[in-house]
Amino acid sequence: MKKTLFDKVWDSHVVHSIEKGPDVLFIDRHMIHEVTSPVAFLGLKQRGIGVMYPERTFATADHNTPTINQHLPVKDPLSANQLKALEENSREYGISYWGLGHEKNGIVHVVGPEYGITQPGATIVCGDSHTSTHGAFGAIAFGIGTSEVEMVLASQCIMQPKPKKMRINITGSLSKAVTPKDVALFIISQLTTSGATGYFVEYAGEVFEGMTMEGRMTVCNLSIEMGARGGMIAPDEKTFDYIKGREFTPKGASWDKAMAYWETLHTDAGAVFDKEITFDGSQIEPMITYGTNPGMGMGISNDIPKAEAVEGGVATYKKSLQYMDFHEGDSMLGKKIDFVFVGSCTNGRIEDFRAFTSMVKGRKKADHVTAWLVPGSHKVERAIKEEGLLDILHQAGFELREPGCSACLAMNEDKIPPGKYAVSTSNRNFEGRQGPGARTLLASPLVAAAAAITGKVTDPRELMELETV
Amino acid sequence: MAYDKFNILTSTAVPLPIENVDTDQIIPARFLKATERKGFGDNLFRDWRYHPDGTPKTEFPLNDQKYTGKILVGGKNFGSGSSREHAAWAVYDYGFRCVVSSFFADIFRGNCLNIGVLPVQVSPEFLQKIFQAIEADPTTVLEVNLPDQTITLLSSGAQERFDINDYKKGNMLNGFDDIDYLLNIKQQIGDFAQDTPL
Ligand code: SF4
Repeated sequence: MKKTLFDKVWDSHVVHSIEKGPDVLFIDRHMIHEVTSPVAFLGLKQRGIGVMYPERTFATADHNTPTINQHLPVKDPLSANQLKALEENSREYGISYWGLGHEKNGIVHVVGPEYGITQPGATIVCGDSHTSTHGAFGAIAFGIGTSEVEMVLASQCIMQPKPKKMRINITGSLSKAVTPKDVALFIISQLTTSGATGYFVEYAGEVFEGMTMEGRMTVCNLSIEMGARGGMIAPDEKTFDYIKGREFTPKGASWDKAMAYWETLHTDAGAVFDKEITFDGSQIEPMITYGTNPGMGMGISNDIPKAEAVEGGVATYKKSLQYMDFHEGDSMLGKKIDFVFVGSCTNGRIEDFRAFTSMVKGRKKADHVTAWLVPGSHKVERAIKEEGLLDILHQAGFELREPGCSACLAMNEDKIPPGKYAVSTSNRNFEGRQGPGARTLLASPLVAAAAAITGKVTDPRELMELETV
Repeated sequence: MAYDKFNILTSTAVPLPIENVDTDQIIPARFLKATERKGFGDNLFRDWRYHPDGTPKTEFPLNDQKYTGKILVGGKNFGSGSSREHAAWAVYDYGFRCVVSSFFADIFRGNCLNIGVLPVQVSPEFLQKIFQAIEADPTTVLEVNLPDQTITLLSSGAQERFDINDYKKGNMLNGFDDIDYLLNIKQQIGDFAQDTPL
């Protein structure tokens, strides 16, 4: 039978299929962090059971860690308590733990690929919905709830009905200043935030083939924002080159054996998807969101749509614009902004900082803008310094913070104040996501850079034009 | 953990006719700092329920005394966003045992099932009927019958069937959870793991 990439990986991990019920799916690698794991460990203790395969679980602290003065004790007692629980649980059960200050510490979905924990053909879960990031390597990776974290700790399995399959093809090539983030925001704007609910997505076509691994991670990361459980891209030479030699990737004969398997990981010609969609890559513009869910995005030079023109409830749409204090028909260009956040598991990798730096180089940050540049990991932080990007950023008036999730979900002190506008490279613009009352405009690192320089929503292509004159 | 058994729930309902209610609204991230599963109900819909100074927003349905009950009825695409099970815990801890919507986000639905909150997906038309009935009379009673997989507006008798897979249904009826099941097949999992290198 012709199989899709998803079928191949899923089917090879089914331990047992329950009739009229879910599959028992074996999980190769499990990542945990401080927020969604403590209650799972508590559950193990209450049941009096242990962790079945501790070597398959990896812990990092990221969600509520501070991004300045990480060498000092964490001030917030509740956060400190969660971090302590992660450390103690990891130690007690023999799980590798990359806590605050550890050289490998960083956002869970950034460090997984960096150290080769993420591999093609693997099943990877984490109590965080953006686990879909790891799908960039041809893995089945998705977010789970805390009960499922407990299941994986207890049995290395979870129970899941097999999702339906969707393929999203993007043909052609991308225009200037259009980044993987724009591609993802474009897809979500077309499908809406629930358009892929119930599906697992495979991304295919020239645009994804041409993307770097980091770009693919950005796209797969955002799969959840259209409701999909996850997204994946067939591994190719780029994938193998990226993972080769990393700490947790196989070496020697095991590498050869793994490669033999990985090379079979692609959708067979003629395999059938439950749904298939194709877009033309040249039609995609730099994107920005104007509302309170990631589906409310548009090309940056467009006007905010009228309520009648959008699918879904008019009342919900109006409530959303009211929260943002925007109006139907407004242009986004020229809107004054207060904050810029570059970071998160969506756009907190080295290529994102390279893109941001390329745009701010030789320019100055607008005085009224507060910019938080937060690397996704210490490894990214080190690269920013080693590549000389930090000097350029300093000259342009920017500071670099220490790694963590930061203003992506504002569990630490990095909260956008009520009513303020933030152009953010993160993944969610929900009400209050970046702090109570905060207003988020999701965009790429290039759009964020243009906004940081001009202090308002600006088309990055405009600044690029100036460069070429 | 094993949880309360679910059989037939007969209750009034609290309406929340808003679409795309995301998990950041259900429980904002700043309340996720506990290391135990306790007290989340107080912060359910925190920023919709309270002003920044802590006074309740009277117009929000949960603060409106005319709405009570163990059933929460939400608009389309309920529970989108993060995987935080805390959202389901908050719903449960507040006192809801069932959430009704015309469409659920995947992870939220799964999380609910794992902790004993029954997600009931109805047609958009039936959802409107429920909202209208509650608006006309907040004491409207709904019956959610898990064995029969039906939801009924008792006042009018209007009824619809809902889907749930047999395995999960059995779990809900008996108060079992997945870990009980998985621990029972540990040997089989162990054999599988042997053939699956790290
Ligand atoms: S950066 Fe944001 S989305 Fe990513 S893991 Fe952290 S909180 Fe979740």
